Amino acid sequence: MIINLIQMQSGETGIVKEIQGGQGMARKLQSMGVRPQKQITKVSSHFWRGPQTIEVDNIQIAMGFGMAKRILVEVQR
Amino acid sequence: MNIEKILLVGNPNVGKSAIFSRLTGAQVVISNYPGTTVEFIRGKIKLADENVMVIDVPGTYTLEPTCKAEDVACRMVKEGGLVINIVDATNLERNLHLTLQLLERAIPVIVALNMWDDTKHRGIYIDVKKLEEQLGVPVVPTCGLSGEGIKELMERLPQTKAESLPVSSDAQKWEKIGKIVEEAQKLTHRHHTLLEILEDLSIKPLTGLPIALAVIYGAFWVVRFIGENLISYIFEPLFIKLWLPLLIKLSVLLKEGSFLHHILIGNLIEGEINFGQSFGLLTTGLFVPLAMVLPYIFSFYLILGLLEDFGYLPRLAVLMDNFMHHLGLHGYAIIPFILGMGCKVPGVLAIRILEERREKFIAATLLAIGVPCMAQIAMIVGLVGQRGGEFVALIFLVLFLILIVKGLVLNRVLKGASPEILVEIPPYRIPSFTAVMKKLWMRLSGFLKEALPLVLLGVFFVNILYTLMIIDFFAHLFAPVLTNLWGLPKEAISALAVGFLRKDVAVGMLGPLHLSTKQLVIGSTMLALYFPCFATYSVLIKELGIKDTLKSTAIMLAVALLVGALLNVFLKI
Repeated sequence: MIINLIQMQSGETGIVKEIQGGQGMARKLQSMGVRPQKQITKVSSHFWRGPQTIEVDNIQIAMGFGMAKRILVEVQR
Repeated sequence: MNIEKILLVGNPNVGKSAIFSRLTGAQVVISNYPGTTVEFIRGKIKLADENVMVIDVPGTYTLEPTCKAEDVACRMVKEGGLVINIVDATNLERNLHLTLQLLERAIPVIVALNMWDDTKHRGIYIDVKKLEEQLGVPVVPTCGLSGEGIKELMERLPQTKAESLPVSSDAQKWEKIGKIVEEAQKLTHRHHTLLEILEDLSIKPLTGLPIALAVIYGAFWVVRFIGENLISYIFEPLFIKLWLPLLIKLSVLLKEGSFLHHILIGNLIEGEINFGQSFGLLTTGLFVPLAMVLPYIFSFYLILGLLEDFGYLPRLAVLMDNFMHHLGLHGYAIIPFILGMGCKVPGVLAIRILEERREKFIAATLLAIGVPCMAQIAMIVGLVGQRGGEFVALIFLVLFLILIVKGLVLNRVLKGASPEILVEIPPYRIPSFTAVMKKLWMRLSGFLKEALPLVLLGVFFVNILYTLMIIDFFAHLFAPVLTNLWGLPKEAISALAVGFLRKDVAVGMLGPLHLSTKQLVIGSTMLALYFPCFATYSVLIKELGIKDTLKSTAIMLAVALLVGALLNVFLKI
């Protein structure tokens, strides 16, 4: 099923399906290794709509709540 | 093959500079690219008995520039030369995008797989031979920090080839990279070492926040512990046992009351030289920067360097993100604030990492007043601390509250929203002793070179102004604000005037004024609030532009006037 990054549980792994954002945001994420077909693992999410951390290719990345909401991920549940 | 020029090209933060200094040794020149403010570094190496110029090109993700630094990088690549493409081996996929762009431009390229030593810890296995086949150019594993692989890199420079791959789109490149990486790289599951468990704990909110509090508290405790002990066991004894006897002889020689005595030794307090209060160039002028401030600068930068190299700061940025959003910033803005606690100049410069004008303005205004620098902190601890630790705490509490209130207000008043954080969180690593010491030495020598002359100038200035009675004139002029509004004696104007030059001397000047504790608290707080020092101000103008700097200044003055008055009315000590 396809959910956004916020809805992922900590420790859950999924495949990036779509980045719904402007060119700038997509390019920035892409240059950090987050793009469609990549496998990512959610590491943690912070309280009160705080930043979300994910791991991609053994690298951890933290991003804001709004950005994470626009990343769609396919997970097995 | 005749090599004329070597360019080091790579993404930001891949260890280019380390490779550069391995290649070139000591002789390097820092210059601006013509017509820009972008700095680059060049040096020379000997290749087959010929001197070849090496250029450390600014880090870039792409050859289609999106910012000034990237633009310079692209122009340099177009001007020709052999390219050493520095690639972060722990981050192959992302880095290869630039490599492919280089290969499409028919430039002779050799790839340095840097940070090779790190791949093992992180469960990354790269087949160098296969990668070489895939890319069609030489690939050499290197480690800039240890120097591993640099020799092979030099030896293989002549094998460098210019590929000219057909030009492809971004999507095609990513697809190709995907294939290359699949072929040449294997990821194994990382071993859960102690450091990795700590990594996880410090980024999860439930455990991360307590850890952050403990780290911050611990850091300040250690900074104070080292600073205090350096002062009482090394610096003060040195001044009193070795320097004071010389000064006493000099004082007798010059005779109290003479002009030179006044400038060099200052006033005798009850017939004796007092390092804190005499205010001569050779007494207070040396004692304040060297025996009161330097020990704290040393301990602060030591701890900061360890935290930086350990990789803790980005985690702190993530944990603080929520809180910082209320101030109109995102978590990463905590970095300029932390640097600003050492010295505001690098703090303000670090505001560059923030992207939008609105955040830059907020961060600069909050930083300029509200975050005291270490020189100021050391003096407040030294001077106000004599009256009791609770008063030191009170000053910092007031400054912190002002910072919060100002951030909340600016965030409401200024149009726009705070942008979102997007950062890479590096793995923890044990800091290298030499790297930490090198950085510490650079920062300390920076302080000595830049601050010491200004402190001496400040003391000299004050003495001249006193002799010429100019201080008296200004004291009368500003008496209404100082006395009526803030409850300070009008002589405190001299401290405020010197505060433009250096904050540490300025705080020190409150010492001889025989202030009440309340006045001392207000005076120290005002010195932190009313205006940043001259050095900070000049970088503020450079970073924000004149218009925003003036706006920011107006806010500072308003806040200082208001808070000083409030403290004067409501503070009961």
